[in-house]
Amino acid sequence: MKFVDEYRDSAAAEKLLGAIRGLVTRPWTIMEVCGGQTHAILKYGIDELLPAGVTLLHGPGCPVCVTPLEKIDRAVALASRPDVIFCSFGDMLRVPGTDRDLLSVKAAGGDVRIVYSPLDALRIAAENPARQVVFFAVGFETTAPGNAMAVYQAKRADIRNFTVLVSHVLVPPALEAVLGSPGCRVQGFLAAGHVCAVMGYTEYLPIAARYHVPIVVTGFEPLDILQGIHLCLKQLEQGRAEVENQYSRVVSEQGNRPAQALVAEVFQVVNRAWRGIGEIPRSGLGLTESFAAFDAERRFDLSAVGPRPEPAECIAGLVLQGLQKPPECEAFGGRCTPEHPLGATMVSPEGACAAYYRHRRIAAGQGSVR
Amino acid sequence: MCLAVPGRITSITGDDPWTRTAKVSFGGVLVDVNLAYLPDVKVDDYVIVHAGFALSQIDEAEAALIFEELSRLAPDLEEGGEPAA
Repeated sequence: MKFVDEYRDSAAAEKLLGAIRGLVTRPWTIMEVCGGQTHAILKYGIDELLPAGVTLLHGPGCPVCVTPLEKIDRAVALASRPDVIFCSFGDMLRVPGTDRDLLSVKAAGGDVRIVYSPLDALRIAAENPARQVVFFAVGFETTAPGNAMAVYQAKRADIRNFTVLVSHVLVPPALEAVLGSPGCRVQGFLAAGHVCAVMGYTEYLPIAARYHVPIVVTGFEPLDILQGIHLCLKQLEQGRAEVENQYSRVVSEQGNRPAQALVAEVFQVVNRAWRGIGEIPRSGLGLTESFAAFDAERRFDLSAVGPRPEPAECIAGLVLQGLQKPPECEAFGGRCTPEHPLGATMVSPEGACAAYYRHRRIAAGQGSVR
Repeated sequence: MCLAVPGRITSITGDDPWTRTAKVSFGGVLVDVNLAYLPDVKVDDYVIVHAGFALSQIDEAEAALIFEELSRLAPDLEEGGEPAA
């Protein structure tokens, strides 16, 4: 496919690797923010091709992984109601709640439906006026415009049996949380390209300056990631800390203004709890008062479903902050597998634990940890 | 979840800016895509699609930059680009 295949060319990748090898004079640690990038790095073995001493840490950019346990429990409670059709992106169905996941609700007869677009959930609501349709609105800035559009169109078309269970999160506050952590080893970031396609990248300028870290907006194909690493290492070697845009075929400085405008009309910035990390101030999106009628947490009484403790054995929070790597967990690959996950990072295909497991890094991964 | 895939617009239907919809081809597979966030795109443009929404038009000139950069890097390769042990 055009704009995909040419960015997977192995000869070109070797050129970039040669340039990287010729550049590096000391150890550096870079975090790729997005789970999609983590997956590509493990799939293509990019981390193992880099010079010794260049370490990639995997960031918190997997919305499936950071959706708090309480929201999963609330999704399970809503999906279990006989009057509700619960719609979700497919990757949320196997995320473990306190007692069970959405898939087991479906198996027990709950009306849980996987949708590709939030507009599919809205259509289901229009077609089933006697039922309540709840859409699980999770995701980062990339997903927010679509979810905002579904809510906006529900109001516009007066579809009153449609609500959303919102657990939206934002990247920049998460980067600041990572950088502010006492054990932080991150010296540079590959920023999430599709988040920046929506938001642009000006909001990263103060972070690069304040923490003196290079931030390179990076795409998702192997050549994108290698070029992002090259640009980031070049800055580190030269002592620079700037925001650069590797993914300029998709990302502009100002981002997608119409999308930003609708997100700002439907959502407002709120404090948000991140699974495994805890609450981060002003790190999420919730519905504005104008759209509060579409908030599932207001329409349904969910007061019985409150915050719960995480399973003690799971180190997902440390993995998401780049403080530990998946093979360092005692449960990895044994008591915790994609079939029987202890935590969300093993569920989502974009979760770091699932990426290590899937690409057979159980043994080899031990060697690639540092 | 932020997976977004490039595809080519093969047709566009509708006048309502909120619901204007394209058929987008991903290697021959056609998918309906909402164009509300990219009001100016036209047939044959390539767009990045996420969860049924076109979020960005691919800039073809910018897309070629990485290959121009690679040809600048090539002389380095001749001298120091041997595979790692």
